[in-house]
Amino acid sequence: MSEHSGVLTGAHFMNGDEASAEGALAAGCRFFAGYPITPATEIAETMAERMPEVGGVFIQMEDELASMNAIIGASWGGVKSMTATSGPGFSLMMENLGLALMTETPCVLVNVQRGGPSTGLPTLIGQQDMMQARWGSHGDYEIIALTPNSPQEMFDLTVEAFNLSERFRVPVLVMADEVVGHMTEKVIIPPADQIKIVNRRKPQKGEKYLPFKPEENLVPPMGSMGDGHFQHITGLTHDERGYPGANAAVQEKLVRRLVDKIRKYAKTELTKYEAVMMDDAEVVVVCYGITGRSALRAIRVARERGIKAGMVRLQIVWPFPDHLIEELSAKSRALIVPEVNMGQIVREVSRAAAGRCPVVGLPLPGGAMHKPDQIVEAIAKAAGVEAKA
Amino acid sequence: MQTDRLEIRVTGFGGQGVILTGYILGRAAALFRDQHAVLAQTYGPEARGSACRADLIVSPNPIDYPQVARPNILIALSQDGYTTHKKSIEADGMILYDEELVRPDMDSPVFHASIPATRFAKEVGHKIMANIVMLGFCTALTNLATAESMEKAVSGSVPKGTEPKNLNAFRKGYEYGQQWLESHMKGNGHKTSPYLRK
Repeated sequence: MSEHSGVLTGAHFMNGDEASAEGALAAGCRFFAGYPITPATEIAETMAERMPEVGGVFIQMEDELASMNAIIGASWGGVKSMTATSGPGFSLMMENLGLALMTETPCVLVNVQRGGPSTGLPTLIGQQDMMQARWGSHGDYEIIALTPNSPQEMFDLTVEAFNLSERFRVPVLVMADEVVGHMTEKVIIPPADQIKIVNRRKPQKGEKYLPFKPEENLVPPMGSMGDGHFQHITGLTHDERGYPGANAAVQEKLVRRLVDKIRKYAKTELTKYEAVMMDDAEVVVVCYGITGRSALRAIRVARERGIKAGMVRLQIVWPFPDHLIEELSAKSRALIVPEVNMGQIVREVSRAAAGRCPVVGLPLPGGAMHKPDQIVEAIAKAAGVEAKA
Repeated sequence: MQTDRLEIRVTGFGGQGVILTGYILGRAAALFRDQHAVLAQTYGPEARGSACRADLIVSPNPIDYPQVARPNILIALSQDGYTTHKKSIEADGMILYDEELVRPDMDSPVFHASIPATRFAKEVGHKIMANIVMLGFCTALTNLATAESMEKAVSGSVPKGTEPKNLNAFRKGYEYGQQWLESHMKGNGHKTSPYLRK
């Protein structure tokens, strides 16, 4: 175990929330601001204990609005930063999430989803904030959202979230849920030198620095406060210098780039999924997060009954992998989409499938994850087989 | 299907160490016995006193669906937990309970075994360690974990400075369990369970 690097190398029996906090520390996060909320509280608790050990800062803020603002400030101070919350806090963070998007501030927001709307089910699962993750803040933007299915992935994908946020200069969302956050399982944390770390590109010495002038990949290098640059950072539409420019031409240039810098890589760097038993699959379960664990059991049961079932579990849901669904829908008999909401990502799947094959949603309102049998039944029906073989 | 998986449910009230009990069993399996383990916990919004439950799955193979459907083993630390969950147990499963806190259903066809865990815990230090006494008892009666792996898991999971007392509590339960098993084997016509240590 190396304290300085913040990496707790070794095998642990830890819950998803703790694993997410450890992933952040391993990625180099040294600033956490948050307001405790079930089922994300263990992330704040772990950070409160661990940040002082690695020379970082933990602040319990007065609310979630301030938490989001604090991590934006810390990031401009040159420090990787994160907050964690659940539904009600996620709503409060939406305004300043937009500020992070507009100012292209790398930071990570973990949402351990619970059942809603409103205060809803504080201690029970939901996946109901998936569309809010995409569209919750006003204005046009593209964002990145990852969906872990285990404590191990809470670690791995939190590291990945930091890397992507540094690479793209964008806030990245880890869209977990209560089951994955509170579930305890073995987590292997590799040695520090085996964890891939990406850091934001800083302006080179002697180079003329404009904080919003992009490079070829559409992402501008980012200097930190205190590095000696003049910086003007605003939520208003701004030019490459960061100065407000209230006209359509500046808006066109900025917002088109904010969207394109993500879309340009949607099919490559930003496509991430797990495919199981897909070689000859006819009925495909398209899922994300904890629902993938029910789906995995379901396709195994379906296979035992002679149905060619497979699973594609999205690990990056936003940007949505249209190209993947286009390909799947062209060769599958049906796509089944179980999710713990009343039908959110199924809309995206249907849109991308564009009628090439039937898309069947399996909505649940929250409070419980899918029982494998519920998915098996849908698979069997789609395959034209009696559910009870 | 994952027929190789064993499902264990621990029930009681918040504050009794219900979750810790499941955590220690899972930790022993996952870290010291090269098994896979998933622990899920269910509790109300209250910090103390509400019904509380820890669900553990242990398997030699990676675990897909992480939730307990039909537990093979129930560990009951409260009457409420016993009454609510006794019917969820598989018919050939087993129920372990604290005989000072739970009055069992004599008509139940499920195999039962009990220990005065709270009394033993008081004897070795404090009644708060009744769950650790129960863990010792459970380790002696089942093939879930070895005493050695459990002692490692107990030591690594309890507050610093309390390890010796907790290990005493564990051993008290373990020894009582060994005696229990010995006298059970001598007896005839008892109910049994495939999860009982052979």
